[in-house]
Amino acid sequence: MNVSAGSLDRPNSYIGRSVSRPNAKRLLEGKGRYVTDLVLPRMLYAAFVRSPYAHGRILSIDTDEAAALAGVRAVFTGKDLAAICTPWVGTLDHFKNMKSPPQLPLPTEKVTWSGQPVVLIVADSRAIAEDAAELVMIDIEEMPALADPVEAMSAGAISEELDDNLCFSMKLDAGGVDEALEAADLTVEQSFIFGRHTAVTLEPRAIVADYDPSENRLTAHHATQTPYQFQDVYSRHFGIPEANVRVIAPDIGGSFGMKLHVYHEEMAAVGASILLGRPVKYVADRMESFVSDIHARDHRVTARLAVGKDGRITGMEVDDVTAIGPFSSYPRTSAVEGNQVVRLMGAPYDFSAYRAKLSVVFQNKVQASQYRAVGHPIACAVTECMVDKAARELALDPFDIRGRNLIPDDSYPRKSPTGYQFEKLSHEVCLSRLRSLMNYDSLREEQAKLREKGILRGIGIALFVEITNPSPAFYGVGGARISAQDGAVVKLTPSGEVHCAISVTEQGQGTETVIGQIVADQLGVDRAKVRIMTGDTDMTPHGGATWACRGAGIGGETALQAARRLKANLLSIAGFILQAQPGELDIREDWIIEATTGQQRISLAEVARIAFFRSDTLPPGTQAQLSVAHHYAPQGYPFAFTNGAQGSLVEVDVETGFVKILRHWVVEDCGRIINPLLVDEQIRGGVVQGLGAAFFEECLYNAEGQLTNGSLTDYLVPMACEMPDIEISHVETPTRDTELGAKGVGEAGTAAASAAAMNAVNDALAGHGAVLSQIPMTPTRILKALGKI
Amino acid sequence: MSGKIAVSLTVNSEEVEAFVAPRTTLADFLRQDLQLTGTHAGCEMGVCGACLVLIDDQPVHACLMFAVQVDGCVIETVEGLTSRDAITDLQKAFHERNALQCGFCTPGMLVSAYGILSSGKVPSREEIRDALSGNYCRCTGYEAIVDAIERTVGERWRAKVAEEEA
Ligand code: FES
Ligand code: FES
Repeated sequence: MNVSAGSLDRPNSYIGRSVSRPNAKRLLEGKGRYVTDLVLPRMLYAAFVRSPYAHGRILSIDTDEAAALAGVRAVFTGKDLAAICTPWVGTLDHFKNMKSPPQLPLPTEKVTWSGQPVVLIVADSRAIAEDAAELVMIDIEEMPALADPVEAMSAGAISEELDDNLCFSMKLDAGGVDEALEAADLTVEQSFIFGRHTAVTLEPRAIVADYDPSENRLTAHHATQTPYQFQDVYSRHFGIPEANVRVIAPDIGGSFGMKLHVYHEEMAAVGASILLGRPVKYVADRMESFVSDIHARDHRVTARLAVGKDGRITGMEVDDVTAIGPFSSYPRTSAVEGNQVVRLMGAPYDFSAYRAKLSVVFQNKVQASQYRAVGHPIACAVTECMVDKAARELALDPFDIRGRNLIPDDSYPRKSPTGYQFEKLSHEVCLSRLRSLMNYDSLREEQAKLREKGILRGIGIALFVEITNPSPAFYGVGGARISAQDGAVVKLTPSGEVHCAISVTEQGQGTETVIGQIVADQLGVDRAKVRIMTGDTDMTPHGGATWACRGAGIGGETALQAARRLKANLLSIAGFILQAQPGELDIREDWIIEATTGQQRISLAEVARIAFFRSDTLPPGTQAQLSVAHHYAPQGYPFAFTNGAQGSLVEVDVETGFVKILRHWVVEDCGRIINPLLVDEQIRGGVVQGLGAAFFEECLYNAEGQLTNGSLTDYLVPMACEMPDIEISHVETPTRDTELGAKGVGEAGTAAASAAAMNAVNDALAGHGAVLSQIPMTPTRILKALGKI
Repeated sequence: MSGKIAVSLTVNSEEVEAFVAPRTTLADFLRQDLQLTGTHAGCEMGVCGACLVLIDDQPVHACLMFAVQVDGCVIETVEGLTSRDAITDLQKAFHERNALQCGFCTPGMLVSAYGILSSGKVPSREEIRDALSGNYCRCTGYEAIVDAIERTVGERWRAKVAEEEA
């Protein structure tokens, strides 16, 4: 185990300071460079003809008229692209017996969801491509659509390659559940429905694929979080040497996990560029986003909780059925969410009898897969709602019942009944901090007073555990070529400034800022003299990039270690120049100093000048190493778990079913905080996504598998006027697995916001005999629960 | 498709003469023909606010206008507001408060905020939130944006009072 670095805590350290993002100024002036903005010479534009049916057999496709339209350069169908692209299958080996049908850019036999791209038109402009799309005739024999997951479980297989519609199933049994239920004073049981929702990034998915046949070279300007993963995918599926594939991810208008999956349209655009030898641009429009971006959640959970009359939880049983669309997504699969749901259940609490069943089911809707907080909101809402239900039955206060059950802060390390290893969590501190942050007792008093006036307020709280900093245990062990390590090249410029190219990526969360803070801090240079480069597979070392809350924890540690190595090199050269022992020197504010006295000896710029241009003055045999390449992979715990607590205050109008969200509180422990300003905004953004799921967002389908609200006017997203101010407080329990001690924070807000909101609504409705156990909690569902409609 | 139509307008203080297809939206015209890519498109149906620009000093959705409709108008985009220093204080407040993440909603937010600021009123937080009800942001959760606008409104108001007193 590493020793914690003292220098991280020194007074003028950049670590722990709220500094703003240097790269945000450009965006504020309208000078962002998003893929949607990009125009290349000779570039063509792609549009797709999509299936109007959720399920059907393709009988014939007539593209003659479309191909003849002026300005149309090519029309491609499934067969054309199958000739140059090998199929992909979204399974992971460590999910035993998992299966999924092979996928091609465009289908050759069947369509399996409404909105599936079937024909690709490439033309001089997007408008012409869309005109041509109208002229394509596709004859599809419609087949019965399987929209309902439970029905799909027993129905015939959607895919001809498979026997049934069960993608993956799993049972966990830590033992003792039957005994616990038997002996329990109280058994709480509840079924939950979590609606499908989707990421709705403001910038839709976009790619400019640019294949140069003369060099067998593919450059993909791709709005993604994971350029290296796509370098690998394009290389292997199109048979181009990996070194000839360059993926550039410039400014990205939001991702949240959605833009790291393989999509048929992007693969088709790459294929078209290869076939045409010209750049091809594809930008999804909003309607296309709704029917082709991954959806998320879609879980039906039944849970039982065994509780003693003292409020102690003694056991839990869970059954989760989740529907993922017609295939499992690639290369991360669609089983990860369900897996995390059943493994995170009950995570904050101290009991060992646990049993769970997970069924991951195919159906005729667009693919569902990882989106911000993967599985956490489900596990958290089920657990926390059950705990509240038990509290209500036992007439215990929600804080009280949690206090009796959570894992004591002094009992770590420990293992959860589902196999997760917790290094150190801080539930007790977080819970009591939340109580004072919310001013809980006076909230309750106010609630009681308002209730007398007929105003229904509800207070809800939720504890959560979040998975961050994943090791290869996440994907690598399952055979996926998704890296758990990151790499950085840190170099001194001849003027004494610093350049750092690193494999973690930026989507606005502040990755570059945080890496810059760490590098500047460790090297003892001014932050303004550090330039960070990300998002280009040709320019930065291979690495995992930014997902699953690994950017600061793993990327940050990579940068820290790389910077320390460069510093050692710089001190050794300075030692030669100054005829001093490197160990007696240090770097502060761009100067080599005497470590003990702080006296300035020589500027870094002067060291750089001598090393680069007057190497003749260095002792013979000295080769100054002014660039350092360094990789770091987590090696301690398989994941760095974080924890926290959230609170929600709502007001419910029992006549209309409308809910006003009044306040929201978050106490969060993400280990060492590098930049509080950025951390807080990650949490706020995450909370609002969780509140969106709780109250508004749902992809609605009819029985024929048609999405009925696939536009931004029909699909409700949280807007400024509906969202509350969010108060945040931090507890810092650094991980001792790294020098930096940072864990992730990007998903914490989303993880528990909907659970806290659900508990708040149910608290408001307690006494009216209504319990909400489905999200989103729409006015209609609230009125139904109240028996008003 | 019919032929192109001549338009002449002012964009960011420059005279622009162009031939545009009747179906070209103002958003596409700005982004593609004039390469003013600061104006974004997020929904192309008037709900997300990413495409907001000023037409004759009023915030308007560029995705809902055809380029031919703005013949003779004065258009200003985030690039124009930036270069004539009309929102420097607002941009500074956004930057310091970290009121943007991916930045895709930001130009539209700034145009809405410009509208709030030029109303001359001092709105409450709730009124600011209401005024932003046509601007979708997926990243920030809005609070920092409200803070940044609130701060700028306050600063301008205090500056105005100080000026009047002087
Ligand atoms: S693009 Fe115009 S409002 Fe969304
Ligand atoms: S900052 Fe990303 S949408 Fe607002």
